[in-house]
This record gives sequence, structure tokens and C-alpha cells, in this order.
Amino acid sequence: MSGNNEAVVRDPLILGKKTYHQMTEDICRPIEGKANKMWWVAFSVAFVTMIWGIICLAYTVGNGIGSWGANKTVGWAWDITNFVWWIGIGHAGTLISAILLLFRQRWRMSINRSAEAMTIFAVICAGLFPVFHTGRPWLDYWMLPLPNQFGSLWVNFNSPLLWDVFAISTYFSVSLVFWYLGLLPDLATVRDRCINPTKRFIYGILSFGWKGTARDWHRFEEVSLVLAGLSTPLVLSVHTIVSFDFATSIVPGWHTTIFPPYFVAGAIFSGFAMVLTLMIIARKVLNLQEYITIQHIELMNKIIILTGSIVGVAYTTEFFIAWYSGVQYESYAFINRATGPYWWAYWSMMTCNVVTPQLFWSKKIRTSVMATFIISIFVNIGMWFERFVIIVTSLHRDFLPSSWTMYSPTYIEVGIFVGTIGLFFTCFLLFSRVFPVIALAELKSILKKTGNQYKKKGIL
Amino acid sequence: MAKRIYGIFDDEEVLMHAIPSLKKDGVVCKDVQSPFPIHGIEPLLNIPRTRISIASFLYGISGTSFALWMTWYMMVHDWPINIGGKPNFMFYMNLPAFIPVTFELTVFCAAHGMALTFLLRSKLLPGVTAPVPHPRITDDKFVLHVDVKDESKVNDVVALIKKSGASDVLLNSMQFS
Repeated sequence: MSGNNEAVVRDPLILGKKTYHQMTEDICRPIEGKANKMWWVAFSVAFVTMIWGIICLAYTVGNGIGSWGANKTVGWAWDITNFVWWIGIGHAGTLISAILLLFRQRWRMSINRSAEAMTIFAVICAGLFPVFHTGRPWLDYWMLPLPNQFGSLWVNFNSPLLWDVFAISTYFSVSLVFWYLGLLPDLATVRDRCINPTKRFIYGILSFGWKGTARDWHRFEEVSLVLAGLSTPLVLSVHTIVSFDFATSIVPGWHTTIFPPYFVAGAIFSGFAMVLTLMIIARKVLNLQEYITIQHIELMNKIIILTGSIVGVAYTTEFFIAWYSGVQYESYAFINRATGPYWWAYWSMMTCNVVTPQLFWSKKIRTSVMATFIISIFVNIGMWFERFVIIVTSLHRDFLPSSWTMYSPTYIEVGIFVGTIGLFFTCFLLFSRVFPVIALAELKSILKKTGNQYKKKGIL
Repeated sequence: MAKRIYGIFDDEEVLMHAIPSLKKDGVVCKDVQSPFPIHGIEPLLNIPRTRISIASFLYGISGTSFALWMTWYMMVHDWPINIGGKPNFMFYMNLPAFIPVTFELTVFCAAHGMALTFLLRSKLLPGVTAPVPHPRITDDKFVLHVDVKDESKVNDVVALIKKSGASDVLLNSMQFS
């Protein structure tokens, strides 16, 4: 068959006997049909959880952040842990859509849409934490570079916290634009299939009048490529800057040059775990097993092994350098992490992040949907603990033993965190009912290269 | 005023082969609408390479310049403060601390400037009505736009398009949405 210019030894990425029209039908079905019972159950749970989070947030705003367990010594705790965790989860979407695009990895096309959507929702969840951690969220516009008359003074461009404001807002808005531009052709597909005039009108507005002329596609592809080229350093810079929040301080355990690469690898690691958690459910519920195949899961698992191992090496290096540096504060911080009162958090992190992903060296495990699902949950938990360990164990015993203290969260803090998980799933569930969850137009363009009935496998 | 007719194709490869043969017969192929990008079709339709990446570069440079000016103005010129024993007297000495913001603003301007340029240039905005000659152009049909100067030749051109592999030829655009 013509158009087969891909290596013949590779497995097809699109299974089943698909035509262009069949692909449209398959991917538009979840939007056009009625939601099933499972969806409603999941949505109700997520929505109620989100409401609980909103109540806790409202309580925080009303009573101040004294309602949290953070204290004079541990000033950053649960909420900054959650912030870094969510931002990290967001990284997989941009990695899949940008970096894998530059590397011409075709398997990204089945998962990039939902991974990018996940990025956007994760960044929204992440953004809530610093916004409310300021204590007076109605004054948050002081973070913008406004003249002195509006706020107290010009913002401080030497501060990594301000770099964060710029990094996160750029990351969010650029990811949103990248995602939405990619959606335009698929929204047009939904528009042209609508029978209900109201729906047609709404999708007409949403699709910006996409017409799919050769000129539009030519520009579209160029824009996607350049946006990918811009997003690649952007995604690396975002978690680098988040790590600067810690690395530029003088707190033992934070003041390390290894932080930027270590945080970026950790972010991609946790992001892929979350993509897997969501995709394994979504492919089943939305009946997309022929588009998101075992091969896709296996490839993502390979990235998890890689990034998980980088994270493992980073943990070891940190420990080694803490000892090798001869700085007693640094050494104590690390000994305290592993054997101090928060040893359980440290060893949960080690087990979940370093040990469990190594199971993926076995082909049987990395091609098993159930095993992948379980391990991906472990990784999500492990990465949360990583941030908790970095923040709380470093802060709770610093230079002055008289200020040593312990930290435990209040139910308000836990409620906000659980609420953001609710928000995340509420957004994702709505997204899966309104927008095509697979980049349809892009996937059609590779059907003849990698579709099951077109692909000749084996040595020709 | 030339009459525009629409050749409907079921397969992009047939369409790709049809365009050169139609051109040889003197048919004016104006445009193609397709559900996904067809690689290599641009030279057949004489579409020049887009300059949008150059535009993006220029937006990016503007972002860099703006960020450098802004940090200099706010931190060094207008209201220099000594924060934690680290004064802001000289721009070049504080420049390393300004690099993250400069980088982010560069990306911000390059990405958003390019996206807006793309939308305006391709006339894609909320509320724009898409010309849809066939309801399945965003599904699995490929539409070739052909201009016929001499109205009396329409039937000949239709026959030529059909011969080149089109499954159907529309004389009028079916307007949807």
C-alpha cells in the first residue's frame, strides 16, 4: 500500500479496520451520544468533592490561612506541596504535544489532546494554591508589575516567586492556545455533524469558522511546529523556575544545584503517571481501545522507567552530596529525612518513585493494563510525597533547634487538596463530553501510514 | 466573473494525482478543502511557504526587548531597592536575575503573537461562518475548488474532473452553518 513510509517492523498504532469516516464516528460518539451511568456517577462524585473544596477555600478566605496547619517554622507546607505536584502533572501534556512532535513520534497523536487538556486543568488546580496562600487573594494583582500607586511597590524581579508568576501564567496561556488551535479542526468536524441547530451554532462559534483549506492547513502545521518549538524550552523552564523557589534559598535540603533537572524529570514522571491513570479509564469508558492501544501504554511506561530512574539517581546524588559536602546542616537535613520523624514520608517516596517503576522492565508488567494502572497510582502518590518530603522535612528542623516543630495539616487544607482533585476530574469529565478527546484530524493523517489494514508488517 | 465548481474526492491520493493532470488540461485549480493536512499539496496549488514563523520570531524579539526594558526601568531606573543586601544599581549586574522573566515574556509574545496572526490571516474568529461546499469536508471528503472562466465550458470541465477520479462534482456550494 502506498503511503507506508514508516519502519515496517513497527506495530500499527491504529487497530481495527478503520476508514476516515469510521474514525470520525468513533471519536465523535462520546460527544454525540448520551452520557452513561458511569459518567454520571463519576461526575457526581467529582462535583461534590469540588464543592467541598470550594467550601474549604471560602473558609480559608474568611478566617485567614491560620486555619491551615502551617506554622512559624513550617510556613510552606501542604499547599505548596500540592502546587508543585499539580504543576508537575501538567508537564506530561506539553511533553507529549511539543517534545514528541519535534521528535516526530506518531504515537503521541492518540493521546496528546487529552494530555494537553489534563495540563490545563492541572495548572488551574496548581494556580489556586499560591493564589490563596497569599492570604488576601483580592490583592493578588500586586503580583503584576503595576506602578507603585496600585500596590506597595514595583514587583521584585530578583525574586524566584515572581519568576513563578511569569512562568506559570505564560505556561498556562501558551498551553491553552496550543490546545485550542489544535481543537479547531475537530470542533469543525463536530459542527458539520450536528443535527440540532443550537448545538451547531455553538460549535460553529467554538470552531472559529474553520474551513480546512490547503492554505489554512499549511499555516496550521507551521504554527503547530513553531508552538512546539516554543513550548519545549517553556515546559523545561517552568519546573526549573518552580525548583528555583527552593534552590535559591539557603535552607538545607533546598539549596542544591541539582534541583532544576531533578524537578523537570520528576514532573514528567508524575505527569505520565497521571496520563496513564486517566487514559486507562478513558479508553475503556469511551471505547477507544483501538486508538489508545497497549502499544501506547507500553511506550508511556518506558518513559516512566526513564524518568523514574532519573529521579532515583537524583535522590541518591542529593544524599551523597549532602554527605560529601561536609556541611553539617546539609548532612543533618538528609539524615533527618530518612530517619527522623518523617521517615515514613521519605520511604513512601522512595518505594513509590524508585522501586515500583522498575517493575516496568518486565514486558509482561508494562503491557498489562491493570498493573500499569496500579503502578501509575503509586507514582502519583510517590511524587506527592516527594514534594512533601522536600518542603516539610527541610523546614521543620532548620538552623535553630528552639524553633524546631512538627507539622500536621488541618481538615481545611486536606479539603482544599481533595477539592482540587474534584475540580480536575470535573473538568476532565466535562471535556470528554464536549470536545473530541483524540486529535482526530491529526490521527487521520497517519491512518495510511500506520493503520492496521494499510500497514504491511514484517520484513519486505 | 469566473464560475466556481467543486470536485468531491474520496481519497487524498487520487486528488493529489488529479491536480497535475487537470492543470495539464488547462483547468484552474484554486484551492482544496480537506479534513486533515495533505502533505505536499502546497506546490501543486502554488501556495508559497508561510512567513508566520518569521512573524513569530519578530514577536519574540519584541517580547525580549520589552522585558529587558521593563526590568531595567522598574528595578534599576525608577525605584531601585536594596533587598537582602543585594542592591539594584547596575542593570548588567542584576541581569542574571532578570533572565527567567525575559525568557518567559519572549515565549509569551512569540506564541500569542503568532497564534493571533494565524487566526487573523486565515480569517478564523468566533462568529465567522465557514464556507462548507460539502457537509463531509471535515469528515472524509476532499474538495477541489476549480474556477471556470468561460461559463459555456462548465460541462467540459465537469467531465474532466470526473475523469480524473472525482466521485462527484458540485456546481454550487451547499451552504451549511
